Amino acid sequence: MSDTLNSEPVIKIENLFIAYEPGHYAVNDVSAVIKRNSITAIMGPSGCGKSTLLRALNRLHELYPDIETKGEILLDGQSIFSMSVIDLRRKVGMVFQRPNPFPNMTIYENVVAGFSLNDIRLKKSQRDEIVENALKSVTLWDEVKEFLYRKGTFLSGGQQQRLCVARAIAFNPEVLLLDEPTSALDPVATSKIEDLLVELKKQYTLVLVTHNMSQAARISDESMFMYLGELVEAGRTETLFTNPKDKRTEAYLTGKFG
Amino acid sequence: MQIELKDNIKRRNRTNGRFRYLIIAGAAVTVIPIFLIVGNLALKGYRQINIAFFTEPAPDTFQAMTAASSGEIIPGGIANGLTGSLLMVLAASLLAIPLGLMTGIYLYENREKRYAGIIRSLTEILQGVPSIILGIIAYIWVVKNITRGYSALAGSVALTIMMLPLIIRSTEETMLMIPTTIREAAFALGVPYYKMIYKILIPVSFSGLATGVLLALSRILGETAPLMLTALGSPSISFDITKPVSAVPLLIWDFYNDPNMVNLVWSASLFLMVFVLSMNLLSRRIASKRKYI
Ligand SMILES: Nc1ncnc2c1ncn2[C@@H]1O[C@H](COP(=O)(O)OP(=O)(O)O)[C@@H](O)[C@H]1O
Ligand SMILES: [Mg+2]
Repeated sequence: MSDTLNSEPVIKIENLFIAYEPGHYAVNDVSAVIKRNSITAIMGPSGCGKSTLLRALNRLHELYPDIETKGEILLDGQSIFSMSVIDLRRKVGMVFQRPNPFPNMTIYENVVAGFSLNDIRLKKSQRDEIVENALKSVTLWDEVKEFLYRKGTFLSGGQQQRLCVARAIAFNPEVLLLDEPTSALDPVATSKIEDLLVELKKQYTLVLVTHNMSQAARISDESMFMYLGELVEAGRTETLFTNPKDKRTEAYLTGKFG
Repeated sequence: MQIELKDNIKRRNRTNGRFRYLIIAGAAVTVIPIFLIVGNLALKGYRQINIAFFTEPAPDTFQAMTAASSGEIIPGGIANGLTGSLLMVLAASLLAIPLGLMTGIYLYENREKRYAGIIRSLTEILQGVPSIILGIIAYIWVVKNITRGYSALAGSVALTIMMLPLIIRSTEETMLMIPTTIREAAFALGVPYYKMIYKILIPVSFSGLATGVLLALSRILGETAPLMLTALGSPSISFDITKPVSAVPLLIWDFYNDPNMVNLVWSASLFLMVFVLSMNLLSRRIASKRKYI
């Protein structure tokens, strides 16, 4: 409903190419926009380049010097390649496929890890507030407030994943990248995370990689369908699901591959 | 059909039983010598172990002879060996632990690079070099050129070279067990590379790293040959790293060479054995209590 009001793009991807090996593009000439305060689902069969595209948005590929990236990505009109990595990653948080709380840290420390690991000093009262707010946003506060000083790895998989979301939003980012965040979780934990994402889009812009079509249909506003590194089709989720323009999208949605 | 099956099970049980005995016998053959050694050392060595054993330096031949001839406990102890060992092990650790950790982390971070492959092979070769040869190398480097005479420093260098491959290896192996996604989680928070290493990698793998260090320590504590060529030995307590010092295994060798001090051989060996054994057990305990990975 709010889509027409808030349709200003947060992220603009222009002619993006990414290769793990020279000449083999895992992301091949992708151009797209991500709209503010929406959930954009990136769908497609396994190996089509969803994670590769997502990880470009916070320049995670730079950890691996062999990966070649060409093209432009704009965040609020500014090239992400001209920003400092820490600024970019404060604005663009990430949640991974497998829950990955830092095993050497307590629940509390995990939430504020973005600050402590970057030597950003905060007062105890500020930290307490950030921890409480972040854990409340991910509906974990009531479950863990008694054992904030226990290791994060002691939580269940679903709780760990919500803790990882809390760690990402503690920085108060603009955009949250999620790479199949529920693929390692059971259905109950999955539906909790899905509810959470719908709640979070009021404050943040979410980009969700999923190879679960029904998940995309359930919670996303916008959808992209990728195939063999190309962005085949993008648009409103309802439109894409009910009235796909491309034959490949239709084949995927009717279960012909992947 | 029924009967055949029963028969089969019986036969299988019998074979199982035989194998069980074989395995127990095999285990006994390896375990019994350990008990024999410790028992033997304890029986022969306990009499000499008292407070003076730890606080006084080794006796001279004359003192030992008078005591031995009158059937008394030999005076003196192994204090000069303890302090010498402590000094050299400490110096060796100060060199080997940071160097080994850094090299291990380098190998882990650059697994596929050719240069890392060369270093890894060299480390493996180093691990196979007989310790006496490392002693000769330390002799040439340090005794001849740096301290111009036998010294604790030379001993430490020999021990450092022995510790390095063990620490490098255990560091790399421990780090390999950390899931990549943990590293990436740190990077995704904007954490720079070097901070990720000392704030995530090292704390997360701490118990594994400690295990490696303890094993390396227990490996060098009993080394004798390279110390003969480097630290030489000294009858008095000394903390001067540029001068010769004694070490517990060097003392055992000295005691062995003096017929009046045979009893001290047992006591000093008992002490060394128990110490190394407890270090080994401690490292196992840490390894089994691994909290994170
Ligand atoms: N680290 C890597 N090295 C080489 N090739 C890779 C690497 N990661 C992914 N790829 C390749 O890039 C393509 C896209 O992968 P990915 O983005 O992970 O797909 P998806 O997330 O859609 O399953 C695949 O063909 C995959 O084999
Ligand atoms: Mg993927």
